[in-house]
Amino acid sequence: MQNISHASYKLSLSDPRFRALLFQVVTVVVVLAIGFYLLHNTQTNLQHRGITSGFDFLERSAGFGIAQHLIPYEEANSYARVFLIGLLNTLLVTFIGIVLATLLGFIIGVARLSPNWMINKLATVYVETFRNIPPLLQILFWYFAVFLTLPGPRGSINIEDMFFISNRGLNMPGASMTDGFWPFVVALVLALLAIVLMVRYANKRFETTGEPFHKFWVGLLLFIGIPGVSTLLFGNPVHWEVPQLEGFNFVGGWALIPELLALTLALTIYTAAFIAEIVRSGIRSVSHGQTEAARSLGLREGPTLRKVIIPQALRVIIPPLTSQYLNLAKNSSLAAGIGYPEMVSLFAGTVLNQTGQAIEVIAITMSVYLAISISISLLMNSYNKRIALIER
Amino acid sequence: MKLSLGRRPFCCFLSLYVGLSIYPCSLLAGWTVCAAINESNKMKKANKTVKVGISIAGLALASVMSMSAMAGTTLDNVKKKGFVQCGISDGLPGFSYADTKGNFNGFDVDVCKAVAAAIFGDSSKVKYTQLTAKERFTALQSGEVDLLSRSTTWTSSRDGSMGILFAGVAYYDGQGFLVNKKLGVKSAKELNGATFCIQAGTVTELNLADYFRANGLKFTPISFDTSDESFKALESGRCDVLTSDQSQLYGQRLKLSAPNDYAVLPEVISKEPLTTAVRRGDEEWYSVVRWTQIAMLNAEELGVTSKNVGDLVKNTKSPDVARLLGVEGSLGKDLNLPNDWVVKIVSQVGNYGESFDRNLGEGSDMKIKRGLNALWNQGGLQYGPPVR
Repeated sequence: MQNISHASYKLSLSDPRFRALLFQVVTVVVVLAIGFYLLHNTQTNLQHRGITSGFDFLERSAGFGIAQHLIPYEEANSYARVFLIGLLNTLLVTFIGIVLATLLGFIIGVARLSPNWMINKLATVYVETFRNIPPLLQILFWYFAVFLTLPGPRGSINIEDMFFISNRGLNMPGASMTDGFWPFVVALVLALLAIVLMVRYANKRFETTGEPFHKFWVGLLLFIGIPGVSTLLFGNPVHWEVPQLEGFNFVGGWALIPELLALTLALTIYTAAFIAEIVRSGIRSVSHGQTEAARSLGLREGPTLRKVIIPQALRVIIPPLTSQYLNLAKNSSLAAGIGYPEMVSLFAGTVLNQTGQAIEVIAITMSVYLAISISISLLMNSYNKRIALIER
Repeated sequence: MKLSLGRRPFCCFLSLYVGLSIYPCSLLAGWTVCAAINESNKMKKANKTVKVGISIAGLALASVMSMSAMAGTTLDNVKKKGFVQCGISDGLPGFSYADTKGNFNGFDVDVCKAVAAAIFGDSSKVKYTQLTAKERFTALQSGEVDLLSRSTTWTSSRDGSMGILFAGVAYYDGQGFLVNKKLGVKSAKELNGATFCIQAGTVTELNLADYFRANGLKFTPISFDTSDESFKALESGRCDVLTSDQSQLYGQRLKLSAPNDYAVLPEVISKEPLTTAVRRGDEEWYSVVRWTQIAMLNAEELGVTSKNVGDLVKNTKSPDVARLLGVEGSLGKDLNLPNDWVVKIVSQVGNYGESFDRNLGEGSDMKIKRGLNALWNQGGLQYGPPVR
C-alpha cells in the first residue's frame, strides 16, 4: 500500500486516493438527491392533502393577545410581529439569564475554593442541589410553588408604595422620557468617552513610570459627575410613574410578569451551578506556584487573584462557559410549561396551531435557535481568541 | 478490493442493519457507507464532515424508504391493523377521562367507540392518543391518529388550510367565563383590565381578543399548554378569569378544590360547534365517521336504545328503524361496513341521547342540560339526515 501512494494518480479502484475521492463525490450526490427528494415529496404530499404551505401566513393578522411584548402590539398585528415579539422575549430571558448566571456562578465558584469551612460547604451544597434537578422541574417549582402562592394584587406586598409584589409579578415605577432625556444621553456618552481616555492615559503612565492611578474612583467621579451636571441644567431626564391598583390589576409603571421572573430565576440558578464548577476548575488549573510567585513580588491577595490567577484561569473557563450560555439560551424554550410567551410557546405553539403550518413554523423556530446559538458562540470565540495565551 | 471493516465496525453494522431492515435496496447504500468509512480510516484523512454526511444520508434514506410503505385508504388500514387510533383530549371531565382502572370514558370517547363498533362490531377496539390543543392538528395531519374526537371547533380556516375535514358536530357549545365569586363580577362587560387564563392554540384565544376589541376593553392573556395548567393558575389567582368553552368550564370546575367559590358568567361570546375531524383526501373514511354520528342521532330520534335494539332488530314494524338497523336496505354495505353496524353501535355504546346523559347530562356529575344539543324535534340543533 505504501508504494502505491507514491505512484502516479490512477483512475482505478485500487488507488486509495481515487477511491476516497469517489466515495466522497458519491456521498455528496446521494445527500443532495435525498434532500431534493424529501423536499419534493413534502411539497407534493402537502398539496395532495390540501395543507397550505409557504410563508404568506406571516402577513396575516394574528388576532390573539400576548401577555408580554417589548414592542407595541395589538391583536390586529401580523404573525410576523408575533414572531418578533417571541424572539425578543427569548432574547430577553437569555440575556438576563447569562448575565446573572455568570455573576452568581463566579461567586459560587470562588466560594467553593474558600478556606472558610462554612462558605465552602454552602457553595458545595448549592452546586450539588441545583445541578442535579432537571431545569423544567425548577421552573415549575419557582412558578407554581413560589410566585403563584404570593397574595393577589389587592393584598400585594407593598414596599414604600413604589414596588408591589403579588402573584401578578413585580410592579415597579416606570420611566418615561422628558425634555432632559437627550441632553442626559449626550452627557452619558461624553462621560464614557472621558473614562476611556482616562483609562488609556492611566495605563500608559503605569507602563512608563510604574505609578498606579486610581482608575476606579476617578472613573466613578466622571460617570456620576458629567450626567449629574446635565441633570442640574436640563432637569430630570425621565419621569417616574408609580403603579396604581385599578380594578383587577396594577396600572402604570413597569411590570415583570411572574412567568418571566420564574423562568429567569430558575435558569440562572440552574446554570450558575454549572458555571461555578467551570470557574472552580479554571482556577484550580492555575498552578499554586503562580500565587506564590505573585506573593513574592509583593502583590496582595486581591491583585493576585485579579491580575495573575483569573487571566490565566479564563483560558480554561471560556470554552466550557460558552457551552453553558448555549444551554441557557436553549433551555429558555422550557418556558412553554409556564406560559411565558417566548419563541416555542408563542410561535411554535400558538401560531403553529392557529395556522396549521407546522413545517414552516418549526423551520423558522429552529433557525432562530441556530442563529442565537451561533451568535453566542461567535462572540465567545472571538473573546477567547483575545484572551488566549500570546507566546512571545 | 477487500471489504474489511475499519476501526468503526459499530457504525457500519448500524447503517447496514437499518438499511437492510427497512428496504433491501439500501443494502447498496449500507455497503457504500461501510466502504467509505473504512477507506477514510485507512487514509487517515478521516474528514468529519464527510462522515456526518454519510450518517445523515443513511438516516434520510431509511426514512424515505419507510415513508413509501404508507399507502392505502384509512378504512382499509384500520381494518388491517385491527383498531381505530383515536385522538382525544388530555383529560376533560365528561368528554374524555380515565377511570380508576385506566379505561377511557366520556362523550368524545364514545364517538371513538362507536366507530370501532361500526367497523369491527367491538367497541373496545380503540387505541387512544391523548393530545393537547397544540398537538392535535399535527397529529391528525401526520397520520398519528385516524380520527380526532377532541372538542375541536369547526372553523373556516381550519377547514380550508389545514388539510383536515370536519365530519359531524358532536356538541354545540359556546365560549364562557369562569370567575372567582370574591371578585363580585356579574357580567363579562365588567372585566376591563382583567387577566385571563387560556389554553394555548385554541379559538378561545381569538374569540377573547375579538370580544374585548369589539367592546373596547383591555385584557392580559396568559396561555398555558394544557387546560389543567390554566385551571391551576386560576385557582392560585394568577388570573382573574378563566375562559373556555362552557362545557369545559362546567366540567373542570368540578375538579377545583372549592368549586362553589367559582361562578360561570351568563355571557356566551362565540359559537363553538365541537366537531370530529379526519384527514382530507379520504372520503370513504370521512363517510364512516360522519354516518356513525348520524346513526347515533337517528337512533335516538327513532327511539332505538341500547336496551331495546335487540328486540327491534327481530320485530320492528317501522321501515325507518328497519333501514337504520340494516334489516332492510344496504346502508352498511354502501359504506364498506357490516350491515348490522348500527345494531353494534347502539347495543354497545348507545344512541346520542344515552351517551349524552351518561357522560354530561343527568346521569353524570355535570348535569348539563341538552339545550342546543337536543334533537331538532325537541327544540335543539341536532339533526340527523335521513337513512334511505
